[in-house]
Amino acid sequence: MSNSNTTELTTTQIVQNSLKKRYRAERRFKAFGIASVCVGVFALLILFTEIISKGVGAFTQTYVQLELKLDNDVLGIDDVSNPDAFMQANYTKVIRNALKEQFPTVKKRRDRRALYGMVSVGASYKLQAVITKNPDLIGTTQKFWVIADDDLDTYYKSLSDAEPFTGRMNDKQQAWVQTWVDNNQIKRKFNTTLFTAGDSSEPELAGILGALVGSLLTLSVTLILSFPIGVAAAVYLEEYAKRNKITDFIEVNINNLAAVPSVIFGLLGLAIFLNFFGMPRSIPLVGGLVLTLMTLPTIIISSRAAIKAVPPSIREAALGMGASKMQMILHHVIPLAMPGMLTGAIIGLAQALGETAPLLMIGMVAFIVDVPTGITDSATVLPVQIFLWADSPERAFVERTSAAIMVLLVFLISMNGIAIWLRKRLERRW
Amino acid sequence: MKHLLMSTLVAASAFASTQVMASRDSISVVGSSTVFPFSKVVAERFGKKTKFSAPTVEATGTGGGFKAFCGGVGVNFPDISNASRRVKQSEIDLCKENGVSEIIEVLIGYDGIVLANAVGADPVTFSRKAIYLALAKEVPSPDGKPVLVPNPYKKWSDIDKSLPDAKIEVLGPPPTSGTRDAFVELAMEGGCKKFDFMAAMRKTDKKKFKALCHVIREDGHFIESGENDNLIVQKLNKNPNAFGIFGFSFLDQNADKVQASLVDGNEPTFESIADGSYPVSRPLYFYVKKAHVNVIQGMKEFLAEFTSEASWGEEGYLTDKGMIPLSDKERTAIGTRVKNLDALKSL
Repeated sequence: MSNSNTTELTTTQIVQNSLKKRYRAERRFKAFGIASVCVGVFALLILFTEIISKGVGAFTQTYVQLELKLDNDVLGIDDVSNPDAFMQANYTKVIRNALKEQFPTVKKRRDRRALYGMVSVGASYKLQAVITKNPDLIGTTQKFWVIADDDLDTYYKSLSDAEPFTGRMNDKQQAWVQTWVDNNQIKRKFNTTLFTAGDSSEPELAGILGALVGSLLTLSVTLILSFPIGVAAAVYLEEYAKRNKITDFIEVNINNLAAVPSVIFGLLGLAIFLNFFGMPRSIPLVGGLVLTLMTLPTIIISSRAAIKAVPPSIREAALGMGASKMQMILHHVIPLAMPGMLTGAIIGLAQALGETAPLLMIGMVAFIVDVPTGITDSATVLPVQIFLWADSPERAFVERTSAAIMVLLVFLISMNGIAIWLRKRLERRW
Repeated sequence: MKHLLMSTLVAASAFASTQVMASRDSISVVGSSTVFPFSKVVAERFGKKTKFSAPTVEATGTGGGFKAFCGGVGVNFPDISNASRRVKQSEIDLCKENGVSEIIEVLIGYDGIVLANAVGADPVTFSRKAIYLALAKEVPSPDGKPVLVPNPYKKWSDIDKSLPDAKIEVLGPPPTSGTRDAFVELAMEGGCKKFDFMAAMRKTDKKKFKALCHVIREDGHFIESGENDNLIVQKLNKNPNAFGIFGFSFLDQNADKVQASLVDGNEPTFESIADGSYPVSRPLYFYVKKAHVNVIQGMKEFLAEFTSEASWGEEGYLTDKGMIPLSDKERTAIGTRVKNLDALKSL
């Protein structure tokens, strides 16, 4: 610049001349960013509206009010003090009698079957539970809201639509529903079953509690195993290990493992835990072990990064004050690295929460009715439940699939929420 | 950091406890995804009705099921394998190799396989011959010579003037599926043997006949669509000219969206599949490991529930799910065999 003369442009002029162009480029760059965010938000909105509009119906369930005559002649409970007698009583007949009484003109076998089919098989289980609890009800006549079959449920929910979904409901069944509607004998109630039951082959009796508990158990096993192992490995590699060929080799392998497709961990789990150790199929313990293998690399990598980010001055100060290396690590490095390590662990767990492929190999992609009570009970997990329902032919499972997706999303959001909260709480700035 | 040490301890003890745990309190069922919906209803009702816990049912596909089932005897191997075709000799051999010497075969009912298009499109009547000509990789030459040529048909009307003037597009399951196996064997082979020279080949060289009749074309007219039938239905609704292949139980549940085509003049209905007049139907089985019957709790009771009139009978709950029941005679015979735990002698 020193040899610039008046005929040539000064630096300021060059800058000023190009300023317009540079502002334009800047605006384009910004617009590009905004557009990218918009695409993301738009996709998210579509996903949410799709899922919510489809799934909102699953939160209510149709019930039919019937007048049940709880005659002991029909029920056949001879000894009220014997709990087995309640198990063997004929509750189905009570419900069928009530239906028969309301529609006495239905005589043909085929039509009777259609009529009985309007009420879910779950109604008799419910009645059994009620009567076992209050044996005094025997001999009385009670108005009772019984749970409707899924075909009726789907039909009733679509009644307000321009073209109701008839599905497998024939004309006679539709007429019966009309009678119930006219008598105010049919209504939708909040679907508690969805949150209190395990899987079922009948959509109206299916719930996600089994899968939710299964997911929790599996993830607890994963967290309990992978976090300490991952942190210990990271501490050793960062603080103690000398850099040589062996540690380099380990590092390359850890990075590689983080990118291995998850189904391979499933195959590994099948070979080691099931075939070699002889553990049973379909249990959260094995699922948790497999997912531990899968999340370990993620946790080790993020923990190492977090440990690296602790300033060396803190280590030196601790050692300078006379702390041993172990004290320095346990009292200073790990607490300071904790937010980063926890974030890594939660990202790893969130990934594990969404996995189905590794669980397929060890038998957790299964139909399981009972809600698991421990890590050695058969169980399945949320994404598997979603997959199984999406694959079911019954129409009523469509809305339940979306409802299950909502629950999974809430689970994920709360996990990420905890991660953010922990980070905020534990984070320290220098 | 006491917590850290504690949690490691807990983890270690969890590990150790698995060594002790060697029993299983629920029955484990694997196998065909076609039998899966039926198997799970029985499992659920069994769990509700008895003091035993409900069996665990996995849909691994027929082949995958046998692989796990024949892996050996012991709690980490399944007790029951569902199948949408009969067990193969190779699978029996695999079982024997691993010490599973006695298996009990139970035929539970039938399932029809349907070709369907979207409701609103014109219903069509196919002959099995037309299905074969539309979908095989190589077909008998259209000029009548007894040689096979690469499939020249692009439109249904090329095969038969009465069929729609539309591109041949059929969505179906992948080769790993039992539905595909059964479809190929029943519909394609059934059409294939209508040609005299192929029928002659069937007598002289059955292997070659099967190899030629069972191969599905790969030039885009047959579209492999995965095992998810719901997906096929969605695609059919977008494309009224396309046909989909799936089980009758699925059609039964989705009658508002898809309609079945007639095959050889027969509509797939409950009755026509049961009496055999609808030609594309297949048997459904499950296989039981005899060595497990008295070891795993509730096995006998589960078998009794599955073969009770209330479940597989003509008005049983399995028929509500779309299974076609066996005849009374078959049910009595098979029921007795199950009660006596008669193992399969040979195919």
